[in-house]
Amino acid sequence: MVVCAFAAISDVLKPKSFAGLFGAAPSVALATLYLTISSQGKIYAATETRSMIAGAAGFFVYTFCATWLLTKRSVSSLLVTISLIPVWLAVSFGLWFLLLR
Amino acid sequence: MNVSVNFSGLRLAKWYQFALRFFFGGSICVLAGMIAEKYGPGVGGLFLAFPAIFPASATLLENQQKEKKEKVGLHGTIRGRKVAGVDAAGAAMGSIGLMVFAAIVWQLLPGRAPWRVLLSATVIWFAVSVAIWRTRSLLVHRLKRKTQRAL
Repeated sequence: MVVCAFAAISDVLKPKSFAGLFGAAPSVALATLYLTISSQGKIYAATETRSMIAGAAGFFVYTFCATWLLTKRSVSSLLVTISLIPVWLAVSFGLWFLLLR
Repeated sequence: MNVSVNFSGLRLAKWYQFALRFFFGGSICVLAGMIAEKYGPGVGGLFLAFPAIFPASATLLENQQKEKKEKVGLHGTIRGRKVAGVDAAGAAMGSIGLMVFAAIVWQLLPGRAPWRVLLSATVIWFAVSVAIWRTRSLLVHRLKRKTQRAL
């Protein structure tokens, strides 16, 4: 529901660069953290959010590359967004391994 | 650049577009929980910022723009991809806010009421993201004006 709410907000906003902010809304995080806090407690959830910083950095690199490929190279959105997932994995796990492990 | 609300965007959206986001959003919640259970909260936490809904949103946006252009007899593939690219640029700015969100929850959650921490972190995510978007818009505007003057 949280995911759909943020998606609906994104659909009605203009310009698209502003609406795009909601593409990085903490919707999945809010839903997951709510469940984690109820089942595992606050300390466990806090540990997860520490790693989430690396995940968000990965998301930044992922969307930055997607922006470049979509606007400058005009590659299909589906192809770009799926093929860049290994980039997210590499950056997120790399940062977590080097700085947060 | 001014922000406006256009409810026709909701009319253009189809039910399956929300169903897809609901499905991917729900799936990643479950997946993050399973990964955390198996490999610990350190690895599971990474997936709280996994681009689960982004591929679906970008593809739907591209198709929506394409359909719009094709209705008036134009070929909208390039336009659709450019709009999806602009949307991705917004998401890149929002992801900086997402890092701040995570840092705030990490620091404040252990000692405070969860709902208060999550609510404040979401408000701060929005404020940081909007501030970055606004700063970038102003810089782009100034750069354009300078270039026009130089010409």
